[in-house]
Amino acid sequence: MAQIFHRSTNFIARFSLFSAIFLAGLALTGILALARSPYFTRQNISREQPVQFSHKHHVGDDGIDCRFCHTSVENSATAGIPPTKTCMNCHSVLFNNAGYLEPVRESFRTDQSIQWVKVHRLGDFAYFNHSIHVSKGVGCSTCHGAVNQMPLIFQANTLLMQWCLDCHRNPEAVLRPLDQVYNMDWKAPDDQAKIGHDFAVERKIRSTVELTSCSTCHR
Amino acid sequence: MSDHEHKYGIVRSGFASTNPEDPDNHPPTAEERELREYPLDIAAANAKAKSGTGKQYWRSIEELAGDPHFEDLLHREFPRAASEWDESVDRRGFLKLLGASMALAGMAGCGRPPEQHIVPYVKQPDGLILGKPQQYATVMPFGADAVGVLVESHEGRPTKIEGNPDHPSSLGATDAFAQAAILDLYDPDRAKTPTEAGDIRTWAMFQQAAQDLATAQKSVNGAGMRILTGTITSPVLAAQIEYVLKFFPQAKWHQWEPAISDGAREGAKLAFGRYVNTVCRVEKANVILSLDADFMANGPGHTRYMKDFYKRRNLTGPNDEMNRLYAVEPTPSVTGSAADHRLPLRASEIELFARAIAAKLDLGGSATLSKDAERFADAVAKDLQKNRGASLVVAGEQQSAEVHALAHVINAALGNAGATVYYTEPVEANPVNHAESLHELAADIHKSKVDLLLILGGNPVYDAPRDWAFSEFEQKLKKVHTVVHVSSHYNETSEFSRWHIPETHFLETWGDARAFDGTYSVIQPLIAPLYQARSAFEVLAAFTDKPGVTSYDALREHVKTVLGAGDAEKNWRKSLNDGLVAGTALAPLPVSAKFSPASLPPAKAHNADEFEFIFRPDPTIYDGRFANNGWLQELAKPITKITWDNAALVSPVTAQKLGIGRTIASRGGEHGQVRSSVVDIELSNGKVSAAAWVVPGQADGVVVLPLGYGRKNAGETGTNKGFNAYAVRGSNALWATTGGKVTVTNDEYPIACTQFHHNVEGRKIVSSASLEEYKKNPNFAHEKDETPPNGLTLYQNFEELGYYKHYKWAMAIDLTKCNGCNACVVACQSENNIPVVGKDQVMRGREMHWIRIDRYYESGLETEKDDDSEIPALANPPTYFQPVPCQQCENAPCEQVCPVGATTHSAEGLNDMVYNRCIGTRYCSNNCPYKVRRFNFLRFQDWETPSLKLMRNPEVTVRSRGVMEKCTYCVQRINNVRIESEKDNGGVGREIRDGEIVTACEQACPSEAIVFGNANDPNSRVSKLREKVNPRAYNMLGELNARPRTTYLGAVRNLNSDLEKA
Amino acid sequence: MSEGPVNSPEIRRLPRVLEPGYNYASVTDKIASIVLTRPVSLGWLAGFTLSFTILMVLLGSIAWLIIKGVGIWGINIPIGWGFAIVNFVWWIGIGHAGTLISAILFLLNQQWRTSINRFAEAMTLFAVACAAVFPGIHVGRPWMAFYMFPYPSTMGVWPQFRSPLIWDVFAVSTYGTVSALFWFVGLIPDLATLRDRATNKAAQIIYGMLAMGWRGSARHWHRYQSAYLLLAGLATPLVLSVHTVVSFDFAVGIVPGWHTTIFPPYFVAGAIYSGFAMVLTIAIPLRKAYGLEDFITMRHLENMAKVMLATGLIVAYGYFMEFFLALYSGNKFDVFLVQQRLHGPYSGYYFALILCNILTPQLLWFQKVRTNVAALFVMSLVINLGMWLERFVIVVISLTRDFVPGAWGRYQPTFWDYSTFIGTMGLFVSLLFLFVRGLPAISIAEMRELVAHTSEEHE
Repeated sequence: MAQIFHRSTNFIARFSLFSAIFLAGLALTGILALARSPYFTRQNISREQPVQFSHKHHVGDDGIDCRFCHTSVENSATAGIPPTKTCMNCHSVLFNNAGYLEPVRESFRTDQSIQWVKVHRLGDFAYFNHSIHVSKGVGCSTCHGAVNQMPLIFQANTLLMQWCLDCHRNPEAVLRPLDQVYNMDWKAPDDQAKIGHDFAVERKIRSTVELTSCSTCHR
Repeated sequence: MSDHEHKYGIVRSGFASTNPEDPDNHPPTAEERELREYPLDIAAANAKAKSGTGKQYWRSIEELAGDPHFEDLLHREFPRAASEWDESVDRRGFLKLLGASMALAGMAGCGRPPEQHIVPYVKQPDGLILGKPQQYATVMPFGADAVGVLVESHEGRPTKIEGNPDHPSSLGATDAFAQAAILDLYDPDRAKTPTEAGDIRTWAMFQQAAQDLATAQKSVNGAGMRILTGTITSPVLAAQIEYVLKFFPQAKWHQWEPAISDGAREGAKLAFGRYVNTVCRVEKANVILSLDADFMANGPGHTRYMKDFYKRRNLTGPNDEMNRLYAVEPTPSVTGSAADHRLPLRASEIELFARAIAAKLDLGGSATLSKDAERFADAVAKDLQKNRGASLVVAGEQQSAEVHALAHVINAALGNAGATVYYTEPVEANPVNHAESLHELAADIHKSKVDLLLILGGNPVYDAPRDWAFSEFEQKLKKVHTVVHVSSHYNETSEFSRWHIPETHFLETWGDARAFDGTYSVIQPLIAPLYQARSAFEVLAAFTDKPGVTSYDALREHVKTVLGAGDAEKNWRKSLNDGLVAGTALAPLPVSAKFSPASLPPAKAHNADEFEFIFRPDPTIYDGRFANNGWLQELAKPITKITWDNAALVSPVTAQKLGIGRTIASRGGEHGQVRSSVVDIELSNGKVSAAAWVVPGQADGVVVLPLGYGRKNAGETGTNKGFNAYAVRGSNALWATTGGKVTVTNDEYPIACTQFHHNVEGRKIVSSASLEEYKKNPNFAHEKDETPPNGLTLYQNFEELGYYKHYKWAMAIDLTKCNGCNACVVACQSENNIPVVGKDQVMRGREMHWIRIDRYYESGLETEKDDDSEIPALANPPTYFQPVPCQQCENAPCEQVCPVGATTHSAEGLNDMVYNRCIGTRYCSNNCPYKVRRFNFLRFQDWETPSLKLMRNPEVTVRSRGVMEKCTYCVQRINNVRIESEKDNGGVGREIRDGEIVTACEQACPSEAIVFGNANDPNSRVSKLREKVNPRAYNMLGELNARPRTTYLGAVRNLNSDLEKA
Repeated sequence: MSEGPVNSPEIRRLPRVLEPGYNYASVTDKIASIVLTRPVSLGWLAGFTLSFTILMVLLGSIAWLIIKGVGIWGINIPIGWGFAIVNFVWWIGIGHAGTLISAILFLLNQQWRTSINRFAEAMTLFAVACAAVFPGIHVGRPWMAFYMFPYPSTMGVWPQFRSPLIWDVFAVSTYGTVSALFWFVGLIPDLATLRDRATNKAAQIIYGMLAMGWRGSARHWHRYQSAYLLLAGLATPLVLSVHTVVSFDFAVGIVPGWHTTIFPPYFVAGAIYSGFAMVLTIAIPLRKAYGLEDFITMRHLENMAKVMLATGLIVAYGYFMEFFLALYSGNKFDVFLVQQRLHGPYSGYYFALILCNILTPQLLWFQKVRTNVAALFVMSLVINLGMWLERFVIVVISLTRDFVPGAWGRYQPTFWDYSTFIGTMGLFVSLLFLFVRGLPAISIAEMRELVAHTSEEHE
C-alpha cells in the first residue's frame, strides 16, 4: 500500500508538538510583559499640552517650590492643579506678551479653564492621598521622578499596584528627612536602611499588615 | 469663615460661595467636566438670557429649545428606566450588543484607556481646598417645621445631608425624608424651564406676563386674585405675600396641606380659645400617653422628640430607669411599635379613650370602653396620676379637635403644662383651617370669581378632597383664566395651569423658616439652580412693583430685624454658619385651658362591625411629594416592609373575615415578592381598588388607606405606583370615615416586600426582656448562649498575625432604642452611592441596601407559614426592629471562600470588599450567615443621567455590574479621619479620638441606637457596650463563632405590672 | 462484582461479552464500517440538526448573559447559586463513569468493559466540556475570571488558595486533561486501522496524522500498553478526587445542608451512579441504531445495572446519614433543614428525588428488570433526573432558608436558566453525534483481543 506520509513528517510531527508548547509559553510571557509595558502604563511618555509648561524651567532653573503651585499637597488627597490665576500672578509681568503663553492669558480673559492632559492616572477605585505620603516623609521625586529635569512632564514610574505595594511592604527604603521631601535631587544615603527604619519608628509608620490592607487604598 | 472644625476633618464653612447670580459654581475638576455638560448648557443659556438683548436672547432660547439634548431631557418619557434591565431588544439591537460585549470581553484585559483632561479653576474660590469636602448649615422646610441640616459639598456639589447638632429640630439627627432630599435636588425629572401651556418660555417672558396680569388685577384691586400655598413658616415669604395682598387689597390667601390635619389648630382653639403651637419636652416625661400620635415619625419636631424620648432609655446597667410609653392607635406606627404598652383601638374610639382618661382623672365627662380598653385606661390613668408634672399626653396629628382639646386639658390637670409641654405663638405665618380655606377657594372658583390663581407649591388637583367642592378640581381650574403653578416637578396640577414655573430646591435658594419651637433658621443655597428654577418668593415678586427683588435681598433685609444689635455682617455670617439665629425660639405663652370634657356632646355610638377607613400619610413618600424619590420609594415601610407600593392595611382577623389571601411568590419569596388579594373599596365619594395587606397589631375592622400613591404625573419613578387614596377622600371626613364597602376580588397583586417572615424561629437573633426581668437577670441576653470559646476555629488567628494592633473597629446597636424609623437606611444609601433597583428587581430579592432593618413579632408560635393558628398571637404582638449591617466578623465565613481574595481581613478587623478585584462568584454571599452582602446582578447604577453623577459621593467607588458589595463601616470616613490623625504633630500622628469617626447610619440615627468606635480603647463608648462589659450585649447567632464586630444590646421594655399579661 | 478471569471454567454460564462467530476481520469491518463506509443516515442527520440547534440556543443564552449580566437568571440574595452550579455538578458527575470504566475496570481486568469504554470515555470528555461551560459564565464578570488562575499579575496579588473554587479550577482541568489523553491514547491503534481502511485521501491524511505513525509493531504495542496502563493508574485517583473536591465547594461552606463531612464519598458515589446511568442512556440507543447488540451484550447492560444498584445504595446511605447526623448532632439549623426537606415549601422536590434515586433503582434487584432493555433505558433516564434533583436540593434549597429568618427567600429559574441548561445538552449530544460518525465507537483493537479470548473458549 502506498505511503500517505513521507518519513520526514515524523520529524515535523515531533517538532510541531514541542514548538506548540514553546509558543504557548512565549505568548503567556508576552502578555505579562505587555501588561507592564509603557504602552499600557504610559510610563516615560510625555504628552502634548495646551501650553508646553516646563517643570525643568520652573523647578530646576527658577527653583520654585512644588507647593507654590500644588498648594493642597500637604492637606488634601489631591496635590491640586493651579488655577490660571497662579500662572498670571507672575506672567502678567514676566513674558507677558510671549506667544506661547497666549492660552493662559486667554483663559484668564475668557474665564475658561485651560484643559491639561492628565499624565499621572490611577484607577478610580484607588484612593491615593498625597498629604499623608508627604507628611510621613515620602518625597515627591520618589514617585514623580526628577521633575526638575523634565521639560515636559511624564510619568516616571509604572503606577502599577505591584509598584505601590513595593513601598507599602517596605516603606523604610524611601523615607526621607521631612525637610527633604520637596527636594528633587535627594538621593538615598548608603545607610538608608538604618535611617529609614529610624524614621519609620519615629513617625509611627504603620506595620506592613496595616499598610497592605485592601481598604488602605480601595473603598 | 468659621474655623470651627467639623467631624472627619471637614471644614464647616460659614458662607457658601454660591449665590444665585453666579452662572456656575460647579467644580471644574477632571471627572465632573463632561458629566456637567448639561447643567452647564442651561447655566450658560441663563447667563445669555440675563445679559443679552431681546434679540440675542431670542436666538439663544431658540437654540435652547432646538437643542436635541435639551428637547430630549425635557420631553422624553423615560429618562432613566429603573426596570430598563428587562426591556426586550430587537434582533439588530441584540446583534449590536452582542458584538459590543464580545469586543468588551476581549478588550477588558488589554484595552488602553483614552486620555483624560484636568480642568483647573481659573480663579479658585477662597477657602476651598481641592479634594476636601466642606459642610454648610441650612434648613429643610417641612410642614410646620424646619429641619436643621449640614450639607456636605464637594467642590460645589452638595452630596450628603446630615443633621445640624446646633439646631433644635435636629440636634444632629435627621429622618429619612431629610436624608433623601438630596436626591430630589438632582432628580432628572424636575421641571427645567418655565412653560406657558406647555411651551418653553423664559423667566423674563414670565415677568412680562406677570406684570400684565398684575396691571389687569390692579384695576379691580385684585378682586380676582387668589394665592394658594401650603403651610408657610417662612417670615420672608409670608411678608412677601402680605406685601402682595397690600398691593391687591381684595386678593385672598388660601392654604392647603393634605397631610396635616386641622385637629391640632382647632383643638387649641377649643381648649384655649386661640391658635397656639404645642411644644413637648419629651425628655422630661416619665410617662407618655400617645393618643394615636406618631410623634417620633410625623409632625413638627418629630426628629427632636425621638432623640429626647430615647435620652430616657439609656440603659448602662440594671439600675437605670426608663420612661414608659403607652400608645393607643388604630394601626401600628413607628412610635406605637416602640411603645411599652400598645392598645389597638379604632380611630373613632381614641376620643372615647381620651374621655375615659379625663373621667378617671376627675375632669368630668364619661365614656364606656371595652373590657380590655377599660383595663388599659385604668392602668394608664394610675400611672399618669403617679407622675403628675412628669407625664405627657400627646394627641395625634390626624385626630379630631376634641382629642387635642382633651389632651390639653389632661396635661393641664396633671400639671404637665409648663413642665413637659408648653405653648407658644403659632409657628405658621398664618394659621387657618385648611379645609375651610380650600373650600372657600373652591367656592369662589365655582362662582367664577377667580381670574388669577397663584399656586405656590403643592398639587391640589391630585390631593384635594374629591367631594362637593372639589369634584374634578381640574374642571374648576379650567374656569380660572390664568393659573400660575410653581412646583419642582411638572405635575398633575401643572397640566391645568397656564404657566408653570420650576421651583428651586431648598439647596438652590436663599430663604428662611421657623422650626417647630419657633427658632428662626436661615436657608442658604449650596449650588446655583441646576435649571431655570425660581423660588415662590421671586414668582410673587414678579407681580409686584419690585419684580427684580431676589429672595437674597429680602432675606438680608429681614434678618436685620431678627439679629438686632451688634455687628450686622458678623452676626449674619454667624447665623449662616449655625444655620439659625440663636435665642429666637418662641417664648412660652401663659395660656390656660378653659374647656371641660363634660361639655362635650355624648359620644355617638358607632357600629363595631362596620368598617372604619382611615387615611394616613405614607411612611416613606409622605403625602405624595416624595413620590418621585427612588430612595424613598425603595425604602421598605417600617412596619409592613412593602416597597414601591401602598396597600389597604387590615388586621389578621379582618383579613380572615374578608377571606383575603396571600401567597408567597416563588420568585423572591419571603424576601421579595408576595401576591396579595386586590380589594375594591367603595366610599360615599368614590371607589378605588387596592392591594390588601395584613398588618398584625392593627385594630379589627379598620382599613388604613395610605396617601401619596397613585400619582398620574409624578415623574418617571413615581407615576402609577400603588393606588390613589385621595380618590376616595371626602372633605367632610379627611382622616376617618365609616360606611364604606370592601369587596375582595379574585385578582392578585404582586407586592415587593423585603421581609415577609416575621418569626425568629427560636434562634439567637433578637433577645428581649422587660425592665423587671432585666433587673432580676441582667444577663437575659445570654440565655441559651452557645458562643464557643475563643480560638476554637480552624480560621487563622489574626491577633497572632499582627492584626488589630492600633484600632479594632466595632459597632454596637441597641435594640431598646430602635423603632425602625429608616433614617439609617437612607443615610447609608446616600453616603455610599447605593443604586435604586426598581420594583421588579426588589421582587426578585435584589434590593441593594447595605443596612436593612428586620422586623420581628413576638408571636410565641414558631411556624413558617402565617396560617390561622397565628392570628390570636398576632392581634397585638410586641414588635422588634433589628438593623442589620455587615457584621464585620473576625472569623469571617465570606473571606475564606473568595477565590480571588476580593474580600479580605483588614488590619483593623474590617472585612474589606475590593470591587475591582471581585469577579462575582457570589460564594461569599452564600456563605454569609447574616445575608448582608448585596450583588450587582445587573447594571443597577445609572451611568448616563448627568444630574445623578453630580450627586455621587466621590469618596466611594461607584460599583458596576457583576460585583459584590456590602457595608464597609463607612471605611472612607475611617480612612479620612485616620489620615488626618496621622498627619498631626508634624507627621508623628496621634490616636483617633472616640467619636471622631461617625458612620453615616450612626450620624443619622435620632435615637443614638448605633454606636461606632474603637474596641481596643477601653474608654470608647462602643467598648462600654460590648460583651463582657455590658451584660445586654450579645452576638447575633453567636454559636456560629463568626465573632461579629457588630454586637447587639437586648431590647428592654418598661412594662407596667398592672398590664402584664397573666 | 468481579467475575474473575474470563477464561475460568464457569465463564460459560455467564452471558457473553461478545456473541460467537466473529473473527478479527469481521469485528474490524463491522465497527470501522460505521465510520468509513456506511452512508450518513437520515436519523443521524435529523438528530444532529436538532442537537446542533439546541447548541445554538446555548450560545445565544451565553451571549445574552454576557450582555446583560447574571441577573437574567433566577438567582438572588439569599440564593446566590442556581442552575449554573447545579448543572456544573451534574455534568461533572456524569463525567465520572467513563474514566471509571476505562481506568478502574481496566486495572481490575474486567473484560466486559471493552466494548463500552470507548464511548464511555468520549461521554466523559463531552460531559466535562459541558460542565466546564459553567464556572466561566456563572461569575458576575466573566471577562475577569482569569483572576482565578495563579499568574504573576501586575497587582502583585495571587488567588486565594483557601477557596474551594480554586481547588475546583485545578481538579477539573487536571481531570479533563488526563481523561482526554487516556482517551486519545486508547484511540491510536484504531485511528491507524481507519487510516489503513479509509478509501479517500482526506480521511487517510486526517486519521493518519491522528494515528501518529502507528504501525502496530511489537515495539509500538509494548509502548502503547505501558502508556495505557500508566494513564489508567493516573486516572484512577482522579475519578475519586474530582468529585471530592467539587463536594468541598459545599462541605467547606457553613450553610446548613452544605456543611457536612459525608459529602465527599457521597458525591463520588452519586457521580458514578449518574455516570453509569448516562452510559446506559447512550449505549442502549447506540447499539440499537448501529446493530451493535453482539458487541454491547446483555451482560454489559446487566453489569452496569449492578453498578448502579450498588452506588445507588451508597447514595441512599448518604441521604440517611444527612438526616441521622442532623438529628444526632441536635444542631438546630440542621434539624430545621431536615424539617424543611420533609415539609418545607420545596418538599416536593425532595420526595421526587427520593423516588428517582432510591426507590426506583430497587427494581434492579430483579434480574428480569436488569435484563429488560426498555426498563433499563427508562430507569437510566429517571436516575439522571434524580441526580439532577439531588444537586438542586443541595445547592438551591439549602440556601432558601438558612440562618436569619428575616432574610429567607425563594428561587424561581427564568427562561435563561432553562435555555442554558438545555443548551448544554445540545452541546453534549452534538459532540456524541460527531463522535459516532468520526471515530470508532468501540475499540477495535480491544475487541480483537476479545475475539481471541472467546475463540479460545470455543475450542
